Amino acid sequence: MLLAALERGYADPRRLHGPARTAGLLLENAREVCAEALGLRREEVTFTGSGTEAVHRGLLGLRRGRARVGGAVVHSAVEHSAVLHALEWVGGEHPQVGVDAHGRVSPDAVLAAVEESTAVVALQAANHEVGTRQPVAEVTTRLGERADPVPVFVDACAAAGRVPLPEGWAVAAASAHQWGGPAGVGLLLVRRGARWRAPFPVDDRSDPRAVGFEDVPAALAAAAALRAVVAEREQTARRQHALVDRIRAAAAAIPDVDVVGDPDDRLPHLVTFSCLYVQGEALVAELDRRGFGVASGSACTASTLEPSHVLAAMGALTHGNVRVSLTRETTAEQVEAFCAVLPEVVEGLRP
Amino acid sequence: MSLPVDADLELDCRGQACPLPIVHLGRRHAEVPPGGVLAVVADDVAARHDVPAWCRMRGQEYLGEDVAADGVPRYWVRRRA
Repeated sequence: MLLAALERGYADPRRLHGPARTAGLLLENAREVCAEALGLRREEVTFTGSGTEAVHRGLLGLRRGRARVGGAVVHSAVEHSAVLHALEWVGGEHPQVGVDAHGRVSPDAVLAAVEESTAVVALQAANHEVGTRQPVAEVTTRLGERADPVPVFVDACAAAGRVPLPEGWAVAAASAHQWGGPAGVGLLLVRRGARWRAPFPVDDRSDPRAVGFEDVPAALAAAAALRAVVAEREQTARRQHALVDRIRAAAAAIPDVDVVGDPDDRLPHLVTFSCLYVQGEALVAELDRRGFGVASGSACTASTLEPSHVLAAMGALTHGNVRVSLTRETTAEQVEAFCAVLPEVVEGLRP
Repeated sequence: MSLPVDADLELDCRGQACPLPIVHLGRRHAEVPPGGVLAVVADDVAARHDVPAWCRMRGQEYLGEDVAADGVPRYWVRRRA
């Protein structure tokens, strides 16, 4: 797929010569395929250079469209750092809404944080570290009922492809590598009627929201991967949900292990737990030595040397943290092998 | 919440990396009598979240945070009976 696209889609779709027109058609086809998989229209899909870029442009563009109202962005305490960094970059006061022990905001608390000067509410579809899904549909419905409806930006980078997108948002962002597509492709999703204004310099592409010469082969590969993932989403989700249940039970059976995130209303493939008295970096290294690649939200594993703001907001233990993300290829045997070694790995690292 | 003036036991965890302050807390909290108060002085950034999380997991009472004389954060825990 990627090779065929590289052969035919190498040209700049903005030009008028034959190869360029072919590339242009391939790009429109990729938008169409992504739109169909996500339940959107083709014009609502724009390819970006990454999920992070889609978050930045999506959130800040929606905020700019509300400049007459104000600049404040109400957001959850567990948003991805891409959202937090974008807000830090624009400056100003942005009310943050706390979460419960599962990492979920209450719609009442979100609504209570909205004021006359609120430009946008930013709420992720599901958390990227603990998998907990947020009540986006209820929040969008209730915000839409206000005399001055406040538009919602949804960071769907962790959720898109895994679970259906929630309803009611104005702008969303997604990331192709999260569903098995190539790195370097994000999706900026702007619903028809949403008041989105480019927050950064514009370009002269056929898609007015796009900037620069699109990577057409990568966009096609991303679209094909999304279509394939969505086609078998229900079976994959059912299987992964059960495998994660198995890991959650195995981790919870070890003394002094805190399994975090909602046990049921969550992304199917993600599980996070923290082991008391264990160093996160040592845990990741030991599991890696035994053939299991895991991530961690512990401070010692972070480039910033700060513990995960998601775990901190939830009141979860931040040290000894492990995040396991299942791929479509992860088998029950691999999960059983992981569950079998976990107790001795954890106990072996305790002082 | 007002914090106690004196601790029954103060753990000096300055300079210790995560999770060592919590390891010391786990090892030594039983040295104070039930109802007694223990203070953990730690500059490790994770301690701010992990002392309260330890209290929740081990059924102990987290009282809050202030600073020691040298400005290093100090976290207060009451041992439950």
